Amino acid sequence: MNRFKDAEHLVRVAGVFLLGITLFLCFRAWFVPKSFGQYGHYRADSITEIAALPVIHAGHETCETCHADVLEIKKAGKHAGVNCEACHGPQGKHAEDPSSIKPALPDTAVLCARCHEANTAKPKWFPAVVSAEHSQGLPCNTCHTPHSPHIGDKK
Amino acid sequence: MHNFIYPNEIDLQWSILIVLYPFLTGLVAGAFILASLERVFRVEAVKPTYRLALLTALSFLLVAPLPLQLHLGHPERSLEMYLTPHRSSAMAMFGFVYLWYLMVVLVLEIWLDYRRDIVLLSRSSTGFLRVIYKIMTLGSDNISERALHIDERVGWVITIIGIPSAFLLHGYVGFIFGSIKANPWWSSPLMPVVFIFSAMVSGIAAVMLLYMALTKLRGFAVSVECVDAIATYLFYIFIVDFSLEMLDLIHRIYEADESFRSLDFMVHTSLWIPHVIVQILLGTLTPILLLGVTQVVKLAVPVRKRIYAIAGCLTLVGIFAMRWNVVIGGQLFSKSLLGYTTYKLQLGSREGLGTAIVLTLMPLGILYVLAKLLPPWQQHETT
Repeated sequence: MNRFKDAEHLVRVAGVFLLGITLFLCFRAWFVPKSFGQYGHYRADSITEIAALPVIHAGHETCETCHADVLEIKKAGKHAGVNCEACHGPQGKHAEDPSSIKPALPDTAVLCARCHEANTAKPKWFPAVVSAEHSQGLPCNTCHTPHSPHIGDKK
Repeated sequence: MHNFIYPNEIDLQWSILIVLYPFLTGLVAGAFILASLERVFRVEAVKPTYRLALLTALSFLLVAPLPLQLHLGHPERSLEMYLTPHRSSAMAMFGFVYLWYLMVVLVLEIWLDYRRDIVLLSRSSTGFLRVIYKIMTLGSDNISERALHIDERVGWVITIIGIPSAFLLHGYVGFIFGSIKANPWWSSPLMPVVFIFSAMVSGIAAVMLLYMALTKLRGFAVSVECVDAIATYLFYIFIVDFSLEMLDLIHRIYEADESFRSLDFMVHTSLWIPHVIVQILLGTLTPILLLGVTQVVKLAVPVRKRIYAIAGCLTLVGIFAMRWNVVIGGQLFSKSLLGYTTYKLQLGSREGLGTAIVLTLMPLGILYVLAKLLPPWQQHETT
């Protein structure tokens, strides 16, 4: 009995650790979603939740059904591979109700610079300018047609 | 920026806070190794620093995750590392290494070592402090000879477990860098070993400096026998650390793989001052030379103490530079091996110099509180 008495404090500290571990396990059981780990290291329920989210992008095929004229211009230019919503933003609502929901036109002075602002990391073949020197703040569509931006003979 | 660099390499992703993180964990591991010298290897001379080393390790360990939390943002998410552990991620598993080291090694060892003092303080103190000490006793005030003997034996076992745990704690940091095979500056199996030895060097130097400064501030005499012993250990471990770093360097030069020209250029340009001048010359060779002189020449005590203080400071500068050169240096060159970028250290941002300074000083504040609560000083100090 005496032997135990002198080691009692160790039993107490072990009790504190055990209590900590038990509390952690209880918290874990309560906190971790039930579907976690069903398919992988994520919450399986998130798949159905994400699938149920409203679609905000229309997709370029939808845009092209009405804007065939723009498609023809785009096809001939360097931006042929750039999707409509990459510049115009998600247009799902506009596609659902084209007459009452009109998308705002992007500010080309800001939009174009996102890709075409000069940067030493960009490959030499990629068209890039120092916009402050190139256009002095003028919107790019003053001179360029955004859907087919090359000026001069088309290649 | 020079020559060809990929777009995602322009801005460095890992800032000064990621430099600070291995520096802080290194101090923890090194301080604990110094404490274990007395406990396991029975080096009586370093006894005055035993408790200080443990409290220093705890103070720095409590702050060590903060640089990561500040770097990543969303600190609440770090809890998920424990709730839904990802066994294939070394970084995620480190959460358990950290918790193990904090709770099972440091807190338990400090509690066992201080138990007698805690019980006595719970009897002699008053007010709020008494409540704190009472809680710390866990309701047991048995400080019989046999109970303290049991504490001593259990503490010894914990220190034995603590040594590989300290190695694991800091070896892991080196492991993370060393296993990034896409980065030739980091990818080396020697990295964890170099990190462990540099951790020992920095931790021992930090505790030595803290012991000297705090003893002097308290108006007591620094135990010459103690600092002599620490300096000797520091000298020998530093030699091993430097040898390993040189082995890594020579191996890289001899192997001269496809990355060598790029790294060599970097060492001779942007890393010349932090790597060659600060880390190798000022922070490694100079302290080794200074400590070496004290081992060979019989110098007067005040001169020896001054040399130890200078060598200790230079060591910390050198080890910090080593972490800087690993973390920042590894991001200054492009994966194309044809281009280089620069690191702009911000001052007041979340990951700026100001935050780094606060995080470095914070453990000293915690140490102050801990030392007030659990005095690490010996009873029979001389003035």
